[in-house]
Amino acid sequence: MSMRTPLAKVRGLGSAKSGTEHFWLQRLTAVANLFLVSFLIWLLFTLAGADYDTVRRTLAKPYIAVLLVLLVLSAVTHMRLGMETIIEDYVHSEWLKVAALLLNTFFAILVGITCVFAVLKLSFGA
Amino acid sequence: MAEVRHTIERPLSPHLGIYRPLINMVMSIVHRITGVANYVGALLIAAWLVAVAMGPDAYATANAVFGHPLGKLVLVGYSWSVIHHMLGGIRHLIWDTGRGLEIGAVNALCWTTILGSLALTVALWLAGIAARGGL
Ligand code: HEM
Repeated sequence: MSMRTPLAKVRGLGSAKSGTEHFWLQRLTAVANLFLVSFLIWLLFTLAGADYDTVRRTLAKPYIAVLLVLLVLSAVTHMRLGMETIIEDYVHSEWLKVAALLLNTFFAILVGITCVFAVLKLSFGA
Repeated sequence: MAEVRHTIERPLSPHLGIYRPLINMVMSIVHRITGVANYVGALLIAAWLVAVAMGPDAYATANAVFGHPLGKLVLVGYSWSVIHHMLGGIRHLIWDTGRGLEIGAVNALCWTTILGSLALTVALWLAGIAARGGL
């Protein structure tokens, strides 16, 4: 005999209130990060100690800028999802948990938009 | 009435305080810890990008901070954290396909993560020192 209500059955969702999207997006961004973080390590390696003009002109190159924006979007999505899991694992008071999840999302968006803005300013701006 | 207390030595469900640390459980928590370190460390990348976007003065300041011995120490730690998490991530992705789940393979993958990340981090910084003729 099933203990689930008919409504829960048709929704097909457990207490998490969602399906496999979280898991899948974490994996998708993990694979993307594999390439994009390798790119970042290479970029920082080649730019370490370089003078200002070299760094500015390198970051303004279209393919570098596009890869950087992709990296920021992928990493920020990935770290937000990862931290969400950690918060759900360790924070048990409902209010604290909701507050932490909220701050986590704000932090990820703030970091992401700031980085993207900086990269685009170097490409389009002065 | 005499109270007789029988303490029966039943097997307890094992928990962290009892287990001898095993490489797979250590790597499990280190993947989480490096994930959090990378999360906080994203601020370093953001600060660097913003400094470049702000101009030569801000860039010089950022370079001075990152170039300070303590700054370098943080960068070495951060680079290890990212590399370790990357290798650990590959391990997780392999496991997600249902492969490498026999205990021998699990332990081999875990040792590869820690030893590989240390080796790659050292190699990265040595290559940097060699390329620039100094730290
Ligand atoms: C470099 C390539 C990367 C790969 C291949 C990767 C892979 C993964 C995978 C597969 C997981 C899920 C682990 C699990 O289910 O237990 C994960 C978790 C996580 N990742 Fe990454 N990741 C990468 C980069 C990053 C970066 C750059 C950040 C932060 C800015 C980050 C932060 C996290 C966090 C916070 C978690 C949650 C840890 C946990 O739940 O224990 N990862 N990563």
